[in-house]
Amino acid sequence: MSSALANTPLKGRENLVVAVVALTFAAILPLFFDPLSLVVDNFILAAAYVVMALGLNIVVGFAGLLDLGYVAFYALGAYTIGWFASDHFSSVNGGEGFHVAAGEFASNLPGIHLNFLLVVVVAVIIVGIAGMLIGLPTLRLRGDYIAIVTLAFGEIIYRFAVNGDEITFAEGYKLTNGRQAISPIDSIDLPLIAPFDSAFSLRPFYWFCLVLVAIVLFVNFRLRDSRLGRAWIAIREDEVAAASMGVPLVKTKLLAYATGAAFGGISGAFLGSYLTAVNANNFQFGFSIFILAMIILGGLGSIWGVAIGAILLSFINSYFIPEVFNGVPRKLGLDFDLTILNFGIFGFLILLVMVLRPQGILPERRRALELTEGVGAGDAIEVRRP
Amino acid sequence: MSAPAQAPATPAGPSGATLLATEQVSKTFGGLVAVNDVSFEIPERSIVSIIGPNGAGKTTFFNMLTGLYKPSIGRIVFDGKDISRTRPDLITTLGIARTFQNIRLFPTMSAVENVMVGQHARMKAGLIGSIVRPPKVRHEERDVREKAHEMLSYVGLAKSVHDELAINLAYGDQRRVEIARALASEPRLLLLDEPTAGMNPQESDTLTAFMRQLREELNLTILLIEHDMKVVMGVSERITVLDHGEKIAEGDPVEVRANPLVVEAYLGKQG
Repeated sequence: MSSALANTPLKGRENLVVAVVALTFAAILPLFFDPLSLVVDNFILAAAYVVMALGLNIVVGFAGLLDLGYVAFYALGAYTIGWFASDHFSSVNGGEGFHVAAGEFASNLPGIHLNFLLVVVVAVIIVGIAGMLIGLPTLRLRGDYIAIVTLAFGEIIYRFAVNGDEITFAEGYKLTNGRQAISPIDSIDLPLIAPFDSAFSLRPFYWFCLVLVAIVLFVNFRLRDSRLGRAWIAIREDEVAAASMGVPLVKTKLLAYATGAAFGGISGAFLGSYLTAVNANNFQFGFSIFILAMIILGGLGSIWGVAIGAILLSFINSYFIPEVFNGVPRKLGLDFDLTILNFGIFGFLILLVMVLRPQGILPERRRALELTEGVGAGDAIEVRRP
Repeated sequence: MSAPAQAPATPAGPSGATLLATEQVSKTFGGLVAVNDVSFEIPERSIVSIIGPNGAGKTTFFNMLTGLYKPSIGRIVFDGKDISRTRPDLITTLGIARTFQNIRLFPTMSAVENVMVGQHARMKAGLIGSIVRPPKVRHEERDVREKAHEMLSYVGLAKSVHDELAINLAYGDQRRVEIARALASEPRLLLLDEPTAGMNPQESDTLTAFMRQLREELNLTILLIEHDMKVVMGVSERITVLDHGEKIAEGDPVEVRANPLVVEAYLGKQG
């Protein structure tokens, strides 16, 4: 079964059909649940994680750059909405606030309030630039070294988020609110549609996030079968040969990194608005691993696989562990909740995948081959004069 | 074999102008001197070989020409431009392409895709173009694929294996694909690192004839590292001999064969 799946990649049209069917099904799904139910909340989280996982898939799955600091882009996206769609900068414009198409409610509040779509644009710009800044020095390195440096950058951003309430500028504005969280955040208010209101129904948030999923799916498919997609595979399989064929290594890697980062930022902005808070606690190292685990579980580079991996892990994290199995240890007479074992459970799952099905649930043909044939990067290119 | 439309057939033989020159190039790794003070020139439209015993520094020299290594001392000039410090991908864009001693195809890409990567530098589609895919990008993609098929047919790869993954190709076919991939970047200078390694005499002969054909039909200049003396003596107009990183002899095949230093390097001192 596995080889049949691995050896018959879907053609463009078949992928379109699968996407339309899957997204339609996903769109109908919340109608069967109460608009405020926890299930819909779980759907929303799953969709947001699919966006992040497919973003990271471009970096890790396509270009083969092991990024252990993806949380940095989630954080920056979330802080973008924290800064530009809340009363965080409360005395801007003499306490009157600064508003751009912010919607009826937010337009009367102090602070900077941009329309959500504008925030998304700003988030993409900020995160894209951050991706370039982090990427430029980092992507000159190879293999494991990239992992180490991205890990460090992820941690740096987290430290800034936690301690940002001590960093003040201008009229005493704090950079972040640390663990106190920037809150409340404006709800999503799209043109022509009634403002989203999480007290009334969660469905609009979910449908909006499905649109984001559709976009990230589209970008994944288009990039995979393009000049850039080929260059990424080439770099992943043999950097030296790729460079010798005219592929600029740093620029090509940077494009993968920045594109992946942008989706982390978009999803971060969305989650900031949905959760109406941007809390530094959300940006810990574990989150990077959480998203990475989705990709490994689903199958590195496999677009559908990664989407499935993201949905699975998301439900394990936000439903099965806290809701279904949380009481199990107590029933066994042990004095703790299962939730504190979260990351232990993820680690165990990854271990299981590695032992039983290292290529992931729905492997990508090339990746499966690389795994079995021992294809990997060759020897080093000298970057500068010794 | 039919020639791609890109080059008109012109008479054989070097035109005389220098296409590539190295000026007193040395390369050291720590204390090890891999290439020592080598100056040499390749005239346009010539076929030139570098020979020498194992460990003589031939491949290191190649790696400097293609930008994978930077020379420790000295200059490399291609078509009037100093490329000693130029990145490998830019050197390819300028018009130098290569194959590798141990074949380095992208294993899980098909033959056609491999050759398409070779055209990377000649393509324009960027990030946004690749996502939106306007007609311009579509056409480029189609043209590049077509040209890749043409190239593969040109180097003699059977149509039936054009879409086969590189890893599944027969050894000889992998060599062909590698040459097609190098040709796809539209080079003026083609560097072949031991192209006949692992080939039987008949295949070597075919390849030798093919090198001449490349020169005539595509106006290529070819630099060759080769161990097979029959190939070297048969095809080269000039031969440079390296030993312990130093150039010990240079000249046409007859001169080089008669040079006592060369005999000594290969066979050891007599008496």
